[in-house]
Amino acid sequence: MTMKRFALSLAAAAVLAPAAAAIAKEAHDVPPPHMHWHFSGMFGTYDKAALQRGYKVYREVCASCHSMKQMSFRNLEGLGYDESQIKAIAAEYTVEDGPNDEGDMFERPGRPSDRFPAPFANAKAAAFANNGAAPPDLSLIVKARHHGPDYVYGILTGYEEPPADAHLQPGQNWNKYMPGHVIAMAKPLSDGQVAYEDESPATVDQYARDVVQFLTWAGDPYMETRKRTGAKAIMFLLVFAGIMYAVKRKIWASVH
Amino acid sequence: MTAGSKSQAGIVTGQVGHSADDGATRRDFLFLTAGSFGAVGAGIAAWPLVHSMNPAKDTLALSTTEVDISKIEKGQSITVMWQGKPVFVRHRTEDEIDQARKVDLSALGDKQEDTARVKKDREAWLVVVGICTHLGCVPVGQKPSESRGDFGGWFCPCHGSHYDTSGRIRKGPAPKNLAVPPYEFLSDTLIKIG
Amino acid sequence: MGSSERATFNNKVVSWIDERLPVFTLMQKEYGVFPTPRNFNYFWNFGAIAMFMLIAMIATGIFLAMNYTAHVDMAFDSVERIDRDVNWGWLLRDIHMNGASFFFIAVYIHIFRGLYYGSYKKPREILWILGVVIFLLMMATAFMGYVLPWGQMSYWGATVITNLFSAIPLVGDGIVKWLWGGFAVDNPTLNRFFALHYLLPFVIFAVVFLHVWALHVSGSNNPTGIEPKGKQDTLPFHPYYTMKDTFGLLVYLVIFCAFVFYAPDYLGHPDNYREANALVTPAHIVPEWYFLPFYAMLRAITFDVGIPGTDIVFISAKLGGVIAMFGSIALLFVLPWLDTHPIRSARYRPQFRLFLMIFLAAFVVLGYVGSQPADAALAGVPLQVIGLLGTAYYYAFFLVVLPWLNKTEKGKDVPKSIYDAVMAAEGKKK
Repeated sequence: MTMKRFALSLAAAAVLAPAAAAIAKEAHDVPPPHMHWHFSGMFGTYDKAALQRGYKVYREVCASCHSMKQMSFRNLEGLGYDESQIKAIAAEYTVEDGPNDEGDMFERPGRPSDRFPAPFANAKAAAFANNGAAPPDLSLIVKARHHGPDYVYGILTGYEEPPADAHLQPGQNWNKYMPGHVIAMAKPLSDGQVAYEDESPATVDQYARDVVQFLTWAGDPYMETRKRTGAKAIMFLLVFAGIMYAVKRKIWASVH
Repeated sequence: MTAGSKSQAGIVTGQVGHSADDGATRRDFLFLTAGSFGAVGAGIAAWPLVHSMNPAKDTLALSTTEVDISKIEKGQSITVMWQGKPVFVRHRTEDEIDQARKVDLSALGDKQEDTARVKKDREAWLVVVGICTHLGCVPVGQKPSESRGDFGGWFCPCHGSHYDTSGRIRKGPAPKNLAVPPYEFLSDTLIKIG
Repeated sequence: MGSSERATFNNKVVSWIDERLPVFTLMQKEYGVFPTPRNFNYFWNFGAIAMFMLIAMIATGIFLAMNYTAHVDMAFDSVERIDRDVNWGWLLRDIHMNGASFFFIAVYIHIFRGLYYGSYKKPREILWILGVVIFLLMMATAFMGYVLPWGQMSYWGATVITNLFSAIPLVGDGIVKWLWGGFAVDNPTLNRFFALHYLLPFVIFAVVFLHVWALHVSGSNNPTGIEPKGKQDTLPFHPYYTMKDTFGLLVYLVIFCAFVFYAPDYLGHPDNYREANALVTPAHIVPEWYFLPFYAMLRAITFDVGIPGTDIVFISAKLGGVIAMFGSIALLFVLPWLDTHPIRSARYRPQFRLFLMIFLAAFVVLGYVGSQPADAALAGVPLQVIGLLGTAYYYAFFLVVLPWLNKTEKGKDVPKSIYDAVMAAEGKKK
């Protein structure tokens, strides 16, 4: 039937159109390197050791400017920490609570149920302290960019000397992968900056890989559950569909 | 996800019978399997909807409350919130403990020893949910200025229930003693409720 | 509704209820023994699939609403909370947001099937019009639903689309302020969109009921476009089509699940994971994919219509775009009176089929144009031009091609009956 051919081409067009759109959109800029990630693909999972290293990089480097307001310490369970470890990590922070019975705000050690404290009181303070460009919240940064993991990796590793004809204002930096190349954030990572507890190399490349993994997890903490549930749901539906196909054939047998 | 197919599959098992002799059992088995898959699928698909109404993870994270009791003087009480409810933590005096222990059980409506309402060797500390067991008001008696009722514990202003220094109902319409929440001493100065 | 003749039931409880409220008789008549053409192909599955998607959307939507906060300060975070903390919240939201797309996919295929087989023709005009009403309601519902997460695309999409109404002469600005409940898209707008987003699906449900009622008055069309002439042309709806629909639905759900579980954000836009910010417009505002062809028609009109050489403008470019977009749907309403050719099915109308396929291609191209920045080009041709050509063909198809084919197309020989067509096809297979 011709209808079938039309249906196929329609489906193909529907799938290809957004992809083509995405390619065209980023044509002016240098696309970030296409990396292979531990979490990509149907069976991809998070590498817990990388998550923990990435969290360390976030805490020691990114967190001085970037908030992660969707995250609570209790979420660190997903990194493989147990309850007492999470309590200890949370207690390293001081959070504001209150008001108490006298109506005053007070400070206390963090608890697992607390959110990650933000480096600035609000967006205006963040912008003021950073030449007018507020550092974005990182909870969803990977989901909020096209090709998020590659994009973040590209930004973190893409700092270069500006070309001779570039006119950078004070407080601006040159990044190969930033759309437009000009970025307010100064090069955040350098070799040896964060001391890893395991054998992983203390290099910018490794830091960037780990922090990307951590940020991907932060934006999509249920990815592994999602994929596992999906496998079960699809298996069930396929078997059910097979049975229904047999039922349908049986019933229609007398008509054909 | 398969809610729509359930009823359909359910009907077919009873109705289709193209009176062909051979294969009839096999066909029935097939229809029965299809019906079961529909029913099971619908049931599984319904669970996420139902379970989404249970307390969420951020709510559960607040299901325990840790209370620093180092600053509560003898004879004083504090109120803390636990799972959205007020909890009274009272540091009892020896007199109050004696009073609670002396009571004859037969004088009580809801018969319970004081020792069953406090932790062993921590008799000075009484921890109860501050909700009157009558109709859910919050009894008074936490602050020095407030009435503690006829038995030195708490007094519910709504319908006049009197609680003693063990939080037990002594007079008034309330049917039960103030509930003791699950709690434990993490140290001499820290308790965890919940 | 037929209380005249009741079916008989063996089960005593069923029979007791049915004597008092003949719901079982109704079910039996409309879904049990209902005579249905025997020659449906799988394109006839998509009505049932769309119905299922509507129910799935309402079911997940109700439980999402229980956890959603319609306030500009909290909406974004409440959606994140659904994803992170609510039990199975991520699943409900993934089903709901991809469900919108898969509802539209099913409905687009359903509409196309109607076009291909001439299902809008006499006596099914009202059936068709009710369908177009459902389509319009779906668009309104989907648009308002997309605003609720209060991301950047939510906010700016809402701003752009509500601003369309400002193109209306004289009263436009007043209408826009009325829609907003303020001077920009803000908290009152979000609140009313939430209220309406919750209401409209039930309105859709009611119109679907009318749509199905009308269907059961005229009976279904079929791939030959010939009305059934007797028993040999039809089959009882149950079990033949209930089982076939269930099978088709399950296959559809497999594809749906692939998106829900393995690519939940593929059909969305990353910018909607940035919280709405009234001070920063995204570089490139795009609607959800199912609006793209209409969005392209909106942007296709970039010139004023007036008296050349003077400043007199009858229709500004802005108003022209709005008219082009809404007109494209208005045309669907009058389609039964534009195509009055006696043969229904494109199977027997090769010329109609050719133009219809070009129409489909134009629609897909318009979708591509709508997804691109306004100043982009394809193979050196500015998309502006392609968009205008696509829009022109869309209109020409309805207003020129169809009336012209009414007069000129002879068509192929139509089989005498559905039964003959089926037997001829069976014979060919062997």
